[in-house]
Amino acid sequence: MNVSHPGHLPHGPAEPPAQRLARLRGPVPQRSLDARALAALAANPGCRRRALLDAAGVDKAALADRLGSPAPFGQSPFAIVRGNVFESRVKADGYAELLLLLQQRLGLPEPGAAELAVPDLLPRAGTAVRTERTRQVLADAAAHRGRWTLLDHPMLCLEVAGSPAFLEPDAVVVRPDGRWTVVEIKSFPVLDGSADPAKVGAAARQAAVYVLALQQTAAELAGVKPDPDPYAAPEGLAAAPDTAVLLVCPRDFSNRPTAAVVDVRRELSVTRRQLQRMTGIEQLLEALPEGVGFDLSTDDDGSPVRSTGQLGESVAAVPAAYSPDCLSTCELGFHCRQEARCAGAVEQLGRAVRGELGSLRTVGDALAAAAGAGTDPADEAAARLARAAALRAEALGRRPSAPGSGEAPGV
Amino acid sequence: MSLLSTLARLEAVRSGRAEPLATVRHRHLSDRPMVVVPLTAAGEAGAPLAAMLGTDRAAPRLHVVPQPLDRDQRFAFLAALAADLLPYLEGYGEEVEQVEGTERDPETGERTPVVRELCAQAPQLIVPSAAGVDQLGLIGRSTRFRRTADDADAGPHPVPTRVPLLGRWLTHLRERSEVPGSSLLVAMTALLSRHWATGQSHLEDQHLGALLAWISPPPGMSGAEAARRAESARDERGQLYCPPAGPATDPRFDEKLLAPAVARYDAARAALRARPGGDERAERHVRRAAEEIRELLAGVLRPTWDQVWHGVDLLRTLPPAAHLPERWESDRWSYTGHRDRLAAGEPPQPRHDDAVTAARKLAQREREQAKVELQEALDDPLAMAEHRLSGEAFAGTVVDVEPAYDTSGRSPKPRPLVTVRTADRPHADPGREVHRAGGPAAQKAEIVAVDPDDGTLTLRLTSGMGRRKEPEPGSVPQPGEQVVFTLFELTVRQAAPLPAPEDTPWTHGGPPSAAALAPAAAAAGSDPITDPEDWE
Repeated sequence: MNVSHPGHLPHGPAEPPAQRLARLRGPVPQRSLDARALAALAANPGCRRRALLDAAGVDKAALADRLGSPAPFGQSPFAIVRGNVFESRVKADGYAELLLLLQQRLGLPEPGAAELAVPDLLPRAGTAVRTERTRQVLADAAAHRGRWTLLDHPMLCLEVAGSPAFLEPDAVVVRPDGRWTVVEIKSFPVLDGSADPAKVGAAARQAAVYVLALQQTAAELAGVKPDPDPYAAPEGLAAAPDTAVLLVCPRDFSNRPTAAVVDVRRELSVTRRQLQRMTGIEQLLEALPEGVGFDLSTDDDGSPVRSTGQLGESVAAVPAAYSPDCLSTCELGFHCRQEARCAGAVEQLGRAVRGELGSLRTVGDALAAAAGAGTDPADEAAARLARAAALRAEALGRRPSAPGSGEAPGV
Repeated sequence: MSLLSTLARLEAVRSGRAEPLATVRHRHLSDRPMVVVPLTAAGEAGAPLAAMLGTDRAAPRLHVVPQPLDRDQRFAFLAALAADLLPYLEGYGEEVEQVEGTERDPETGERTPVVRELCAQAPQLIVPSAAGVDQLGLIGRSTRFRRTADDADAGPHPVPTRVPLLGRWLTHLRERSEVPGSSLLVAMTALLSRHWATGQSHLEDQHLGALLAWISPPPGMSGAEAARRAESARDERGQLYCPPAGPATDPRFDEKLLAPAVARYDAARAALRARPGGDERAERHVRRAAEEIRELLAGVLRPTWDQVWHGVDLLRTLPPAAHLPERWESDRWSYTGHRDRLAAGEPPQPRHDDAVTAARKLAQREREQAKVELQEALDDPLAMAEHRLSGEAFAGTVVDVEPAYDTSGRSPKPRPLVTVRTADRPHADPGREVHRAGGPAAQKAEIVAVDPDDGTLTLRLTSGMGRRKEPEPGSVPQPGEQVVFTLFELTVRQAAPLPAPEDTPWTHGGPPSAAALAPAAAAAGSDPITDPEDWE
């Protein structure tokens, strides 16, 4: 029971999910899902905690702060300035360099300045208006074959597990041949023709989310249902989004742009599958116990609406799928790690460890198996662990720990 | 990760501090290592921000670029770094020993004895983490092609004379660090995590402060607590107690302290430029602003500097492995080779290796990887335990020795039967050849019988017993003796030789005559030497 909120209406299954999510978040601004968050979410689709918090638009960084495990993320002002300077350089002179790169890398006829249309996408308007405007421009461009249309920071919408996510690619280009190409501008360098594979991979996953959103838009404009089959070859307008994206980066140590065409079909099918696998928000909401809420707002007198203890209980009520990768992608990573440590889960040592240890799910169980206590002789993982423990003790000149004596000296 | 290291991590979770992963030190540690902690400006590849370096832990030297985007300051930084590092790097080139070897005459194929120089010692650079290794490589790449004022066509932005030389050394060290088991340039996190298992994941071990927190937690604190503190504890100004080991700085540090300081510095310089005649007060302002940046950077570098030296101390507590001198000798050859190439006036390392060089490097790394694994297993029972667990080796006690002879030849040869009791379960079928590890000499045996219920294996020794009828004394293990046999050979086989450069197959670009033309044509557009890169 939500004792601190007697004013809340009792709710049944009839409450629409969007309303329920808004109520979970409380009267604070919604954090919209961006492509980076979606890519990270798709990397760990089994995490219900993240799915729910992201769908509800909860500020996870602020939540982590309140829970006492602040996220270590942040972007240096130097990196932001550098990124902006580079992007404006790429887009300078009426997008001349960008178009040249597009034409070179995609093998298209040379763009004449007259043929380029750069429609106003109403950058100051709200997200809904901007999304509608982008859709309109794309429909217009489809009607005018044979010219270039450049959409500078368009706004796209993608429905993820029942809630809309608004996405803003750096640029989308409608080519004279009618295809749409996503342009991703990044400020990490391409050095001697190659770039950091981790960064390229992240950029490709992010671009795949944009392509997915474009495919959805194209299908809607064409009046067909988007085909979930990754091998489907739609026809007409629905086939307009190109699955190869243009990645623009600084060349070597300079500020001059270079570009590479990156095929994101693989990332696209992975992302699509992961997003489909994501447990429907309705199911997650149904499974929520009473009294769960992530309201981070404060009362008029400045005291928080929900105490840290209540927030902690609410977070604990939604199961997480922690692995150490989360530390670099999720704001709650440190909190979930602490939880995994308290529970003694073997995942705290890495995702692969769990596979290695078979049915042994906790550090205590694994160490007990290593000590040879109460193991099922048929359990191969336990037997191997016991053998490993004996070998390790022998090599280190320690006495093998007797079965049952689980504790190390000094603990 | 192997099951044994997983087990060690599990133990570390229980004990609250790191557990040993080795009984000996598997990497060479110089008596006089040069510790280098590089920092870079966020978001800007190859824009150095600072470096703290030196061979004396009490006296680190600091070089700083107050405005990382200023080309002149960057050159000044690189010149200072070169002046600081090059004497150390070049200093080991003087003292040499003569090593006799043979060389094959390319025409006749005859082997002729030659005497070659081998440097008696070599430098060792230690950086905090793998990212630091990459950063030094990046500095090397950004400087080795630069033109200097001494060059005939110096170009628009010549660099100080010694800077390209520094670039070539750093490139060489970076390349060498890719060779498994090499020690000319090493990352402290890699050294420590080879020897200790923490109660956290590999990913978290990349944080030097957290790794050290597990290995030697402060009194009264568990490794997990200390690591958490190292990762995220902040002071009243919101700054980390344990700044990241670089090369990137903490974004919060950039935002709250560094960026404002750089802005003040820029403002002071603008004010100075506004006074054409120069102004003592304005100059003083610039100096003070630069000094402020220097102090800030020294403040975030010093903890990492101390951590690296702490790591060196920890590693020195381990006894060196038996094969270290042999592997260090390969490092010395690598160092000597680079010294000779510089002396011969060879051009800087190319941006891309040609096919033959690339294949040779790959083959070398594969060979060295196999060698390191083998030598570590021989040097360290804990490394051998990995092979015993995987069924590739077994250790046990000799319970019976029965003399036997091979009488098929003209003179009888000793072929004694040795029965070993072991708890290991090697993948050993009768007839399989095994190799004795740690015996008096290289010795092979053949498995004759396996009795898993009794836990015994019977082997027939087939070599390493001398040339007479009776085995040499001490060459056959006696009952009660501990023995280790492996199913793999104890020496690394030489790979099949690579074709000569002139026989490069067309799949790999063909012979160099064709390949040499191609880069020349490609270089016409963007020759890194005639077309120095714009750094702005």
